Amino acid sequence: MNESAIELAQLVKKFEDVTAVNGVSLRVAKGELFGLLGPNGAGKTTIINILCGLIKPSSGSATVGDYDVQKETAKVKELIGVCPQETAVYPYLTGAENVELFGNLHTMNKNTLKTRRDMLLEKMGLTQDAKRKAEKYSGGMKRRLSLVLALIHDPQIAFLDEPTVAMDPQSRHAVWDFIKELGKQGKTIILTTHYMEEAEELCDRVGIIDHGKLIALDSPKDLISKGKVTNLEEVFIKLTGRKIREDV
Amino acid sequence: MKPQRVIALTKKEMRKTFREPAVLFMIFLFPIVFVFAFGAAFSGGGQPVYNVGVVNMDQGNSVNASQILLTTLLNTKILNLHIYVDNQTAQNDLSQGTVQAVMIIPSDFSQSFTSYQAAPNDPNTWTNATVTLYLDKGSLIATQAIPPIIQQALTAITGQTQQAPSIPFRLETASLVEVKTPSALDFITPGMFTFASIFLIMMVAQSFTGDRENGMMKRIRITPTSPTEFMTSQVVSYMIIALVQAILIFVMVYLMGFRPNVGIPIYAFAFILVLVFSLSNVGFGLITATIAKSSGAATGLAFLFVLPQLFLGTFVGTTLSSGAQVVSRFVPSYYVTDALTSLFLRGAVITSPTILVDTIAVSLSCIAILVVGIILYAKYYKI
Repeated sequence: MNESAIELAQLVKKFEDVTAVNGVSLRVAKGELFGLLGPNGAGKTTIINILCGLIKPSSGSATVGDYDVQKETAKVKELIGVCPQETAVYPYLTGAENVELFGNLHTMNKNTLKTRRDMLLEKMGLTQDAKRKAEKYSGGMKRRLSLVLALIHDPQIAFLDEPTVAMDPQSRHAVWDFIKELGKQGKTIILTTHYMEEAEELCDRVGIIDHGKLIALDSPKDLISKGKVTNLEEVFIKLTGRKIREDV
Repeated sequence: MKPQRVIALTKKEMRKTFREPAVLFMIFLFPIVFVFAFGAAFSGGGQPVYNVGVVNMDQGNSVNASQILLTTLLNTKILNLHIYVDNQTAQNDLSQGTVQAVMIIPSDFSQSFTSYQAAPNDPNTWTNATVTLYLDKGSLIATQAIPPIIQQALTAITGQTQQAPSIPFRLETASLVEVKTPSALDFITPGMFTFASIFLIMMVAQSFTGDRENGMMKRIRITPTSPTEFMTSQVVSYMIIALVQAILIFVMVYLMGFRPNVGIPIYAFAFILVLVFSLSNVGFGLITATIAKSSGAATGLAFLFVLPQLFLGTFVGTTLSSGAQVVSRFVPSYYVTDALTSLFLRGAVITSPTILVDTIAVSLSCIAILVVGIILYAKYYKI
């Protein structure tokens, strides 16, 4: 069996009377592209926040790259790159300045930073706008810039929380190609998304979370086959129902 | 602590300050415009001139005492006299603000003056005369400044040079009415340095709440940046901003005529005091950001700390009541303004007791406020 990049053991997170994560156990292998799927408020972002060291679990344990997320948070932060759900970029900085800031926060070498900055901006189609303030960017451009900020330091493990939200098909496919390329480079990627075709296209395995519990875990192909349906979206609806959910 | 991270975050904060119009206005343009407006209004060192209407009913013949009084008043260069033939016209102009006072010289004024001259030491033989003065109640300065000037002119024409209990006038000639050599600008300049820095509270509060709202605070926390590195960058940034503010204010007041007779060490010390003071503003900003749920709320809540500092510790508070003066001892801005006033205007040396006390008070209070701000913010919102 491949070496683990991420391990969750009986992870629980409670917010007052709400149990956001309820006993999730999971193992993601090094170099795996893993999809974390679930309706709104299922607990996906909470799991990512725990793995990033932003919040502490109520019980259970989690390791990222063999480091305990509670005890060795600093080590974990050096290992990971996170593209958060919200489009968080500094509006008053240019695209290039945003990237340089985050490169410097990861104490990157000046030359390496410049090389990777230019390469990533090029891949995300932002080279022409690199010297424009981010506040002038469209929603899709900001999302792509946010992805560059997450990956500027070439992290071994990347958490991409709905990275293609609000993107047009062209941008989405550019991001997909880029994620596939990261996979080929041996990076471990945890991807959350509401687009089932995206998960089907990109992920080696997916885990479906609902009400804080892991209710399915397999490759998209096997889930479709076991569910006797034609695509992952049907599997998702079959498992989580048609009731509309809201984030809490 | 990695300097690369601190420098990167400091540069980011500087760019924000100089690129966001609202921040730029609040931190630099507003204080500069304020200094310019105050400077234009109060600089130049000249004594203000008051317009006084005169209704002269004196019927002097051999000795025209009223003319002597009017000449004395004109010689002060403080009063601009307008002669009216009747009281009604003068009162109309007073009500319209054309003049700030109307002085009625009675018909027996010269007679009274003659009686005084005949027997200056025998009040029983004097003919008493009453000069009536109507004042513009809408002008605080007029009501406070004009009566003593006329009182002193009345005293002056008697030829007295000392105070004498038997004479109801102060024995000073009108030319001895104190004319301040420094302009009003000189008096308010120390407080202006403090005034400008106080607005950092609002900027810090808005910056922290804004970054929290748009997810940037969370994003920074995901990087390996430590809380110490982050807070160091913030403190360094705002100290640089405070220094730039102080330099801009100094250039402005210098251009408008502020020329304290002090050396470079005093200037350097004054700038250091302003920098130390900026720590308390970062602290108050963090406390505001802890309380405020949004950047909009932070703007309003910041006034809880801005206004007391403003009214009790800057030039705004020069005319405070005695009670308010006691309360002002509890705000750091008071000690900064007091120290700068002592250094620039009173000629105090850095090692003098007043400066030492002020410096200790500023340093201890500002560091304490900063520490409280950091602890409170870190308790409720992770850094």
